[in-house]
Amino acid sequence: MDTIIKKTATPDVLLTSKLQKLFRWETFLILIVMFVFVMNSYLSPYFLDPWNLSDATFNFTEKALIALPMAMLIIAKEIDISVAAIISLSSTFMGLVAQMGAPIYMVVLVGVFVGAVCGLVNGLLVTRFKIPSIVVTIGTMSLFRGISYILLGDQVVRDYPDGFEFFGQGYVYWVFSFELVLFAFFALVFYWLLHRTTFGRYTYAIGNNPDASYFSGIKVDKHRLILFTLVGAMSGVAAVLLTSRLGSTRPSIAMGWELSIITMVVLGGVSILGGSGTIAGVVLAVILMGLVTFGMGLLNIPGIVMTIIVGVMLITVVSLPVLITMYKCKKAKVL
Amino acid sequence: MKNNAIFSLKKVSKVFPGVKALDAVDLHLYPGQVTALIGENGAGKSTLVKTMTGIYQPDGGEIIFNGKPVQFHSPHDSHALGITAIHQETVLFDDLTVAENIFLGNYPMTKYFSIDWSTMVTRSQEILSSINAPMNPNQILRELSIGQKHMVGIARALSVDAKVVILDEPTAALSHHEIHELYELVNTLKKQGKAILFITHKFDEIFALADRYTVFRDGRYVGEGFVKDVNEAQLVEMMVARSIDETYPKKDVNIGETLLEVVNLCHTTEFANISFSLKKGEILGIYGLVGSGRTEVMQALFGTSEQVTGTVKMEGKEVTIHSPKEAIDNGIVYVPEERQKQGIVLELPIYQNVSLPQIERLTKNGQVDQEGEMTLARQYCERLQVKASSWNEKVMNLSGGNQQKVVIAKWLATNPKVIILDEPTKGIDIGSKSAVHAFMSELVDSGLSVIMVSSELPEILGMSDRILVMNEGLIVGELSRADATPEKVVSLATGGIVVC
Repeated sequence: MDTIIKKTATPDVLLTSKLQKLFRWETFLILIVMFVFVMNSYLSPYFLDPWNLSDATFNFTEKALIALPMAMLIIAKEIDISVAAIISLSSTFMGLVAQMGAPIYMVVLVGVFVGAVCGLVNGLLVTRFKIPSIVVTIGTMSLFRGISYILLGDQVVRDYPDGFEFFGQGYVYWVFSFELVLFAFFALVFYWLLHRTTFGRYTYAIGNNPDASYFSGIKVDKHRLILFTLVGAMSGVAAVLLTSRLGSTRPSIAMGWELSIITMVVLGGVSILGGSGTIAGVVLAVILMGLVTFGMGLLNIPGIVMTIIVGVMLITVVSLPVLITMYKCKKAKVL
Repeated sequence: MKNNAIFSLKKVSKVFPGVKALDAVDLHLYPGQVTALIGENGAGKSTLVKTMTGIYQPDGGEIIFNGKPVQFHSPHDSHALGITAIHQETVLFDDLTVAENIFLGNYPMTKYFSIDWSTMVTRSQEILSSINAPMNPNQILRELSIGQKHMVGIARALSVDAKVVILDEPTAALSHHEIHELYELVNTLKKQGKAILFITHKFDEIFALADRYTVFRDGRYVGEGFVKDVNEAQLVEMMVARSIDETYPKKDVNIGETLLEVVNLCHTTEFANISFSLKKGEILGIYGLVGSGRTEVMQALFGTSEQVTGTVKMEGKEVTIHSPKEAIDNGIVYVPEERQKQGIVLELPIYQNVSLPQIERLTKNGQVDQEGEMTLARQYCERLQVKASSWNEKVMNLSGGNQQKVVIAKWLATNPKVIILDEPTKGIDIGSKSAVHAFMSELVDSGLSVIMVSSELPEILGMSDRILVMNEGLIVGELSRADATPEKVVSLATGGIVVC
């Protein structure tokens, strides 16, 4: 009796929340993904072939692996522009130890470790010296890639041990590549991390109000440091996959990837100002980008035109909800 | 009489989804007179100001200016008619000069489409001297004091040929002396024949300045009249539709042993030689002017300041506090003065704010236990009577008083021993204020100790068992409840020189 009265006075959950959930960004993305899927299968007879679709996933899985921690970092009001340079440095060290005859597990460990160290460097610069992360990572972007160029010069490393190609080229089961399965695994891990754990809750709190989070006893700087290291480590993982897929290392590897990764995150509904966004949104955005580029590839649309279309798509998709609310407001005013 | 009003609102309404912020309200402003608008938080005062200045468009009713109905489509329209507002916290630009700030968005131009700097500087000087605030128009704003910046904000509002001036809680951020200057300014504006709308929580200001009053309650118009015809009790009753006991609900509590002892706390720049003790069940009031170092001392106790030396003892044992986390672990919590900036995460729901300092405790198998969080939030928010449609509602949708209650609920949920309240009733309405005071009594009754920092003298005198007075980073006096008088406290806080 007592509890019933209390519940009617202040219900624990909003009654409208189910309705609100229907109109979320993720729903909108699902609709667009479905639209692109149907369009693609209509425009090209080769699109619906499972092996073709499977091949298409190689275009985005490595970037998508970095987009997951990047989403958390951006939600926490920070950013890392140096991720592509981290891939380069990490791949360089993998090449160097491979040349010395290191076994597969050693090469992989070195790749992930170098990535994590690079992320740690970014994090330390941001938290210890209070430099904005965009400035720090623009700096380390040149720094990390610069080191790769010094270490490798214009040489190309191809001496990877046998079996190493599995990470980037192997299949776990039927059409499901190792890369795709790994991405699915990490998507679940990051979903759990952001939406279920204390760590995720702190990420949202810090992104919305770092001061109040600090005053609530959260170790804000430590949290940021962990996030940067996580982004670095995942860049290391991506470096392993990419190097394995290409079978070689050049200092210019993964050039310009940082922008496509940030595009995925923003398209996924993560606020570039921090504080909001979901892993589900980022995963959908990854699939959308993959489908669009693959579809255009099948239609023989040249690469330059593709980048234009992806750019236009980003701006349109992100501005659509704003345009819709503006239209609604105007209509409401007339009435 | 009503026909002489230069500016009138008739039956104006404004509806937001789910809330009727203004429900057919009336307001009349007369040239050369000050009209005070009073009402609790949530009465619709801010919405009214935004409607008057064209930020919101009303959903019904008429706005009449100089006898003619007008419509404001944007702030520009109302500005063009000479309606200008001075806000509680004016938005100014620290790196621009005084003159640039005054004319921002409205720079005088030469015929060659460039900014007419000399006109701008001379006009700035004219405006500044007309409000008795002579300063160099070419000075960068960053170099000015808070009071001077406020004057620049006022000069900016008056840079248009203002006929109607809205002052929205202008004294909230000002010191004693600056408030006095503002009073003079209001009288000057009155003599110039401007119609003034004065919004405030403080009754002494109404009786000192206003000619007329208008009262709102819950978005509705309650009444208006001449200030000389009413007294404070009548106004309060109109505001809250109930009479509020103005005495402070201070209970006599058995004061126990010393709980917290601070010895010789020093900061490199802000304060020095701070020593005091706090007993169990005691309310310790700390009074001082803005800039006396009181907030800095409290934040040092809470571990947010690095350059601090000295010892802090809890229950006789020395503790080290270098971060809020360590303070919380030692049972010391801090309700900050800047509620929205430091106290609460506005975009998160109530229950997540309440659980924030202790989610780690509420985590099972790596997952946050949302049921547990809800239970915690329900328990403490109900105890504090937070008004919300659900505990899942975002804190930003709550009124200031309820936001403050959520901050306090958050800390109580951690089972603290000492709770530091920094300006606990700043900017909250009279109803919530007495609720906070009553709650403080309840807290000490249940064995907590309270440190209350406040610049409101009645609050300090009414609630404290003991009062420490600070001035320029030093504790300059300690008064027991029986000894404290307003005169003694103020004279200590101002270094012996009695202002006003």
